[in-house]
Amino acid sequence: MKETSFFRLQHRYAPYLFVSPFLFLFSVFGVYPIFKSLQLSLYITNGPRDHVFVGLGNFQFLLRDPDFHTAVWNTIVFALCSVFLQLPLSLGLAILLSQKWLKGRAFFRLAFFCPQLVGQAFVAVLFGVLFVPKFGLINQTLSSVFGIPDDTKWLQNPSLVMPALVLTSLWMYVGFNMIYFLAALQGVDLELYEAAKVDGANSWQQFFAVTLPGIRPVAVFVLVTATIGSFQLFELPYILLNNSAGPNKSGLTLVMYLFQTGFVTGDLGYASAVGWTLAIGVLVISLIQMRITGAWKGENA
Amino acid sequence: MSKSLWARLGRGISYFVLLFGAVLTLVPLVWLVASTTKSKDDLFHYTFFAPHFTLENYTSLFAKMPFLNYLMNSLFVASVTVLVQLFFSSLAGFALAKYEFKGKKAIVVIMLSTMLIPGQVLMAPLYELINLLGMMDSWRGIIVPGAVSVFGIFLFRQSILQLPNELMHAGRIDGCTEFRLYWDIVMPVSRPMIGAFCLISFMGAWNSFLWPQIILHNRSLYTLPIALNQLRDLYNNQYGTLMAGTLLSILPVVILFLVLQKEFVAGLTAGAVKG
Repeated sequence: MKETSFFRLQHRYAPYLFVSPFLFLFSVFGVYPIFKSLQLSLYITNGPRDHVFVGLGNFQFLLRDPDFHTAVWNTIVFALCSVFLQLPLSLGLAILLSQKWLKGRAFFRLAFFCPQLVGQAFVAVLFGVLFVPKFGLINQTLSSVFGIPDDTKWLQNPSLVMPALVLTSLWMYVGFNMIYFLAALQGVDLELYEAAKVDGANSWQQFFAVTLPGIRPVAVFVLVTATIGSFQLFELPYILLNNSAGPNKSGLTLVMYLFQTGFVTGDLGYASAVGWTLAIGVLVISLIQMRITGAWKGENA
Repeated sequence: MSKSLWARLGRGISYFVLLFGAVLTLVPLVWLVASTTKSKDDLFHYTFFAPHFTLENYTSLFAKMPFLNYLMNSLFVASVTVLVQLFFSSLAGFALAKYEFKGKKAIVVIMLSTMLIPGQVLMAPLYELINLLGMMDSWRGIIVPGAVSVFGIFLFRQSILQLPNELMHAGRIDGCTEFRLYWDIVMPVSRPMIGAFCLISFMGAWNSFLWPQIILHNRSLYTLPIALNQLRDLYNNQYGTLMAGTLLSILPVVILFLVLQKEFVAGLTAGAVKG
């Protein structure tokens, strides 16, 4: 009798016990900091004790802060370039890899994916050497194949920093996103292609009528996550540019500015304001992307 | 006849494009491996491998800097993070998948909405908090705030949802407590998801740079990404040594990936395809 009541009790309270360690940590380190950073963004801080309330002053200052403008501009340019170059390449490779007649699929898939195993910090260290003027592999290749002078200073010339960042990010992420597209393509109903062929659709028509609608949920997911990821760019430029924002701050990104204001200058309040601008920007852009691509309409289809 | 010619041409071009892409992707990695076996003079003299094979880059890595120390630090921090995340995420994911209880919906909604906020927004208040808790300049300051993974909870909830309820009924009839159900039934059948999660979580912890950079000041506590970034400034132009350090820093992830490859791809795409 005692045992059955123990059983009933432990059955009833088990779920609470199971979520409680998570809930505790999540509340302290996941939820509380969100509200705290909202509050912090209304203060100018200098070290742990020195807090001065400024209301929306931080946000007003952001509007006039030229470094913040540079950071926003660089981040947007990087996100646009990397996403719009990355995703078509990823999708194209995935389509080639999903052809039935292809041999060596496993090899290609692994080859394209493997940069993903190298963390961004390590990629930055590696590419820092590949971009070295004169001797670096990239300049050597460009000069021997295209005859471009081998002293291109990728990381010292402000107008070449962004192309260098985009190139590196392509190397890192094209294969990663390809995996998602590949999985989605495998889920497209083959009978739809047969039906389209019967209707006389050519390859392009098949692509727009069958492939794209078929992979839409995954494509939207990849588009949104790739955009969010590129808005959080930090390690790559920071390490590639020798722990700095680069010449003329050409590699300054929003997260780097957050890091510099909060943890180098020491104004956690201003850093929080930068963080919230980033959060709201990312949220708005994600919503717009889902709206345009019709992610919500997809559920009834 | 002409159609098959076009088809063959198309296939030829496809193979060319794929091979070209694969070469572009692999060349930096091949160069990385080659550069670690070249002496300082040979490094840029030969594009890839040099005729004189040397391991001096590796010996100087271990002799001139406490590389082994950093490697161990990284292994420790990443392993503990993975284990703690795995336990908390699977347990909570199990509860959210197989029980009805008050507040369940609220928990899911709050978790989902925090996922919309980039983690960097939390760094400033977390820094104050870690300072307050006296965890600054210690591994606890990295492991404790990183102990829960909302992504992991959704991953496990999703996979455990698919387990038949009969499995749990059978266990209860046999007299299993609820924790035994989790430990002896749910976890063993979730092995593929555990493999996927371990790899993803390990990669996250192993490659983490920004937060450890903020928290750790004492050099002897450094993890590999920060240590390597320092090594670059310390040994200016010692590219061979630097590349050896980079290669050794990538290797543990590569090994884990080779072991868990199948589970990884399944876990990676599970969320996207179903969501």
